[in-house]
Amino acid sequence: MGKLVVDAVTKAFGKQSVLKNVSLTVDEGEFVSVLGPSGSGKSTLFHVIGGLIEPDDGHIYLDGLQVTGQKGVISYMPQSHALFPWRTVWHNVLLGAEIHGTPDETAARAMIAKAGLSEYEQAYPHELSGGMKQRVAFIRSLLSPQSLICLDEPFSALDELTRLDMQLWLLSIWQTDRRSILFVTHNIEEAILLSDRVVVLSDKPAAVKAEFTIPFERPRRREMLLTDTCLALKKQIYKELGDADDQTTH
Amino acid sequence: MLGSWQKAVKPGIVLIVLLLLWELASRAFAIPAWLLPAPLQIIETGLTGWADYGHHVSSTVQLTITGFLIGTTIGLGVATGLHLIPSLREAVYPLLILSQNIPIIVLAPLLVIWFGFGMLPKLIVIALVCFFPITVSALEGFRETDRDLKHYMAMAGATKRQMFFKLEWPNAWPYIFSGLKISATYSVMGAVISEWLGAQKGIGVYMTLASSSFRTDRVFVAIALVMMLSLLFFGLIVLIEKHVVKWKREERD
Ligand SMILES: Nc1ncnc2c1ncn2[C@@H]1O[C@H](COP(=O)(O)OP(=O)(O)O)[C@@H](O)[C@H]1O
Ligand SMILES: [Mg+2]
Repeated sequence: MGKLVVDAVTKAFGKQSVLKNVSLTVDEGEFVSVLGPSGSGKSTLFHVIGGLIEPDDGHIYLDGLQVTGQKGVISYMPQSHALFPWRTVWHNVLLGAEIHGTPDETAARAMIAKAGLSEYEQAYPHELSGGMKQRVAFIRSLLSPQSLICLDEPFSALDELTRLDMQLWLLSIWQTDRRSILFVTHNIEEAILLSDRVVVLSDKPAAVKAEFTIPFERPRRREMLLTDTCLALKKQIYKELGDADDQTTH
Repeated sequence: MLGSWQKAVKPGIVLIVLLLLWELASRAFAIPAWLLPAPLQIIETGLTGWADYGHHVSSTVQLTITGFLIGTTIGLGVATGLHLIPSLREAVYPLLILSQNIPIIVLAPLLVIWFGFGMLPKLIVIALVCFFPITVSALEGFRETDRDLKHYMAMAGATKRQMFFKLEWPNAWPYIFSGLKISATYSVMGAVISEWLGAQKGIGVYMTLASSSFRTDRVFVAIALVMMLSLLFFGLIVLIEKHVVKWKREERD
C-alpha cells in the first residue's frame, strides 16, 4: 500500500460533478504530478485530501490509516503562496511548524540560507519577488512536520524563465530532503521534468484518464526536455488531455 | 510624509485667508466682541489665558483617555465574543447597529438620573461613543480574513484558537486602527458633552462658564482646544499605527 492512497473519491458541488471516482497513490519518497486543465478540479482534489472538503464518496488513506475529512495530515502549499503579510520571511517560514509545536530554528535558518534568502529573513512578503515568495512558501511546507507535501500549481503565476529556475531549485532541495510530494500542474513539461509519475485527469468531471511513468534518471537536467523520449511522452500526454477535451465538447 | 505636508499647503492658505477676512470684517463693521470676537483677540485670550483653562484641559485629557481605554477594551472584547460565537453575533449585531440611532446626548440625562454627577456617567458617555466604531471595525477585520490564508490554516490543522490569534486577530489590526482613529476623535467630543452634564472641571465646564458670562472669545478658545485635542489624539494613533502595522503598505498585491 502506498503512502497516500486516494480511493475512488467523488465530489459534486450542487449539480456540478467535479471529481468522479478519482483514485491514485503516492509511494514513500515519490514525486507524483496530477495534470489537468484549469478548472478541472485539481485544487478541489487537494482540499479533499487535506480534509477541508468531505468527499461525497470514497476515502483517503495516509500511511495505512483512514484520514478522510481529517485536517492537519498533509503539508500544503496553496495555489496563491498564502504567506501572511504581517509576518516576516522568518516568521512565515516557521508558521507550519508552529501550529504543531516548537519549530526547529536551526533547520529553518539552514533552509533559508540554502534558498539564498538569508538577507531577507526580516523582510515582509510584499518586499519579495514572485519567485522568492514561492520559495518561502515552499520552505514553510518543508518545515511543517507532515511527511506528505501537496503543492498546488506553485509556479503557475511566474514568468517562463523564473519558473524553470524554480523547478530546478525545487528538485535540488527535494534531492536532499526526499519527502513524498503530490504536485498539481496544468503544464505538461513541468510534470515531465519533475515527476516520477504523472496522473492525467480528464475535464469536468475530473477522473483519472491515464498514468505515465517518467523514465528519466535523477538528477534531472533541463536538456532532458529536448530528447526524443520526452517529445514522444509529451505527445502521448497531450493526446490524453486532448481526448479529455473532446469528450466534453461532444 | 513630505507628500502629506504638501497636501496641507493649499487648505492652509485658504484657512489663513478666511481668518484674515474675518479679522478685517470684524474691524470694518465694528462687531461687538461678545457677539463675534476677532481672531486676533481669540488668539490672545488663548495664549495669555493658560492659567484660566490649564487645569480644565488636563482634567478633560484624563477623562478622555480613561473613557477611551475603557470603551476600546470593551469594544475589542465584545467584537471577539461576537466573532467567536456566530449565533450570538447574528442575534446582537443588528441591535448594535440599531442602538447607534440613539444620539448620546439624549441618553445623558438618563445617565445622570441613574449614576449622579460623578465620574461614572461621564466615563459611560465616552466609552459608549468609542465602543461602536471599534466593535464594528474589529468585527469587519476578523471577517475579512483572506480565504486562501484560512484554507492554509485549516489544512495545516490549526485549532480554532490558533486560527483566531495567528490569523484573524493580526488581520484585523489595520481595521482596528481605523476604528481607533474614529473613536479617538469622538472621545474628546464625548468628554466635553459629559462635562456639560455637570462637573467641577474640564473644557466643557470652561465653555459653559464662558458662554454664561458672554466671554465669547473664551468659547472660541474652548472650541479650538477641543479641535486641537482631537487632532493630537488622532495623530498619536496614526503614529502608533505606523509602528504596529508595518506590512500595510502593500494592501494585497
Ligand atoms: N467551494 C466550491 N463551491 C462550488 N464550486 C466549487 C467550489 N470549489 C471549486 N468549485 C468548482 O469546481 C471546479 C473545479 O475547481 P478547482 O478545483 O479549483 O479547479 P482547478 O484547481 O483544477 O483549476 C470549478 O468549476 C469551480 O468553480
Ligand atoms: Mg486550482
